[in-house]
Amino acid sequence: MSIKNALLTSVVGFGLTAGIAAAQSTITIATVNNGDMIRMQGYTDTFTEQTGINVEWVTLEENVLRQRVTTDITTKGGQFDIMTIGMYETPIWGANGWLVPLDDLSEEYNVADILPAMAGGLSHEGTLYAAPFYGESSMIMYRTDLMEAAGLEMPTAPTWEFIAEAAAAMTDRENEINGICLRGKAGWGEGGAFITTMSNSFGARWFDMDWNPQFDTEAWANTLNFYKSMMDASGPAGYATNGFNENLSLFNQGKCGMWIDATVAASFVTGDDSTVADHVGFALAPDTGLGKRSNWLWAWALAVPAGTQQEAEAKQFIEWATSTDYIDLVAANEGWANVPPGARKSLYENPEYLKVPFAQMTLDSILSADPSNPTVDPVPYVGIQFAAIPEFAGMATEVSQEFSAAYAGQQTVEEALAKAQDIANEVMEGAGYK
Amino acid sequence: MARAITTNRKAVNTALAWAIGLLIFFPILWTMLTSFKTEAQAINDPPLFLFFDWTTENYSTVMERSNYGRFLWNSIFIAGGSTILGIIIAIPAAWSMAFVPSRRTKDILLWMLSTKMLPAVGVLYPIYLLFINLGLLDNVFGLTFIIMLINLPIIVWMLYTYFREIPGEILEAARMDGATLKSEILYVLTPMAIPGIASTLLLNFILAWNEAFWTLNLTAAKAAPLTAFIASYSSPEGLFYAKLSAASTMAIAPILILGWFSQKQLVRGLTFGAVK
Repeated sequence: MSIKNALLTSVVGFGLTAGIAAAQSTITIATVNNGDMIRMQGYTDTFTEQTGINVEWVTLEENVLRQRVTTDITTKGGQFDIMTIGMYETPIWGANGWLVPLDDLSEEYNVADILPAMAGGLSHEGTLYAAPFYGESSMIMYRTDLMEAAGLEMPTAPTWEFIAEAAAAMTDRENEINGICLRGKAGWGEGGAFITTMSNSFGARWFDMDWNPQFDTEAWANTLNFYKSMMDASGPAGYATNGFNENLSLFNQGKCGMWIDATVAASFVTGDDSTVADHVGFALAPDTGLGKRSNWLWAWALAVPAGTQQEAEAKQFIEWATSTDYIDLVAANEGWANVPPGARKSLYENPEYLKVPFAQMTLDSILSADPSNPTVDPVPYVGIQFAAIPEFAGMATEVSQEFSAAYAGQQTVEEALAKAQDIANEVMEGAGYK
Repeated sequence: MARAITTNRKAVNTALAWAIGLLIFFPILWTMLTSFKTEAQAINDPPLFLFFDWTTENYSTVMERSNYGRFLWNSIFIAGGSTILGIIIAIPAAWSMAFVPSRRTKDILLWMLSTKMLPAVGVLYPIYLLFINLGLLDNVFGLTFIIMLINLPIIVWMLYTYFREIPGEILEAARMDGATLKSEILYVLTPMAIPGIASTLLLNFILAWNEAFWTLNLTAAKAAPLTAFIASYSSPEGLFYAKLSAASTMAIAPILILGWFSQKQLVRGLTFGAVK
């Protein structure tokens, strides 16, 4: 080989290598550890094969993830190209200019196919800032065999009065069966989320239109007293410290007659790890006849932080992961029961998916939730199980700690509500709302 | 008779020591056992102790899902690097405080210790901003440096208490024989304080290995150590206890093995010096 040829070969070789390196850019995604997200990680190779973009995953527990991505986005750390965030953060961060607007997604992606409730909750002033990977509401999961044995029939849309009555009838302490299992654990996303949705159905609200805290109202006292007396009579021991996982564990072992929680739990209680999979029915979350049901609305969504160096690649991934093609990919490999639910209208128009036992009830629950109008009386905030203001997470965690202490019998309901009122007053005054 | 009482007391003491030891070790043992169960067995009520269908499926899943080798290497680098760096800085500092104290030495020692009383989250934002400007986010060198700083007060305090046990006259004699400062520290002081230095090394390696606040907050994909590896298997929405236990067992196994082999040195060092 002549020197000239050798040089030419080297230059071409170098060029090709550089070209491949440039094509194979890497994006870093921060996400939570749950079934759907982990499944998505398993299909990353398919995305890389299609686009040449490599993906690095940073998977963290939900609360750790929140702290981690909040630190990074507020300091413009630039550690992540995509962040998994929820309905609480998205409108606040979008308003602050911390997220890249997703207003230029391709036509094939079909933004109009996203369920309106999800798109609305992930937007600020009509601009979408995060694409829903999966969405959820909450609903009743109940044991059909125990309900039948109690001589009762679950209505499609029951009242709280019926739920308390059914819980008492299904409770069988000798056989370790608790009529009802509900979240009581402190934390704004745990017991705090549940009791807020329950309070909505009892006519309570966090703030009036002038941002005055409302824990000193009769509606809040009714909510907490009803919850506590029902759980004391028919709930599991130590319910004040039970969250999603504890209740899931109890339900799967056949120790709960009813469980009101996230719609995504439906696939767990009817899955292989459940001992009662063949005896599970679903119903809408209860109400008290005041016009609001006690179900929430949530989505885990993918957003691009402002300032990322790889905005185009990040958007490419989001389009892939939240597309109908991805849903088809999962369905083809793992069945329709395992596709990410609650994000796209077309999924609920698919007759194959509607054969999944909990599909229709999940959709009905999502459609019955209205984050812009969450309470019986008007409120100045958006959000059902939260108020979409930056101060809410810290304040609600403190309030839920007081509530949990009341559930555990460490203080009375009245004392807990008085402390909640003081906490909320202090926070809202300090933040300049009043 | 007296001998019988002594034997009985010995037996009681031994039984008590074993009972306390097992009690302390039980959470680790339970984690290990859970790692060999299925997710359904992991939440079984009543809990299953030994009689269940043992499976290594969780380990396969964890190995398939995560790059364990990279997390392990990062942990070794960060824990080892920060400990060695800390010792190099702390030996001269502890020497000067132990053998050439000034009027302010005690105040400085207390001030150093007081920095450990500040909750780490209080300085998260300043440190994070510094790391952004220095390009040290998600970087093992940056993390090694910060972990060294976090543990430095403990290293200095431990070495200071060991050095104070050593008679100053020996160092004085070395100086009279013409030893330079370097020779005095390297060839006279250090060999005499080896048990203390070894236990300081081991204890700080363990502290650095287990450090979770900074390692979670200053890393992303590249520099994340085993603490981040464990955090990636924790979930408030989904029962993944068996997989979490497998990840935890894999994360603590290296440090458990190190602790097992070095327990003699660790105990000797901890009981020899003033940290009793």
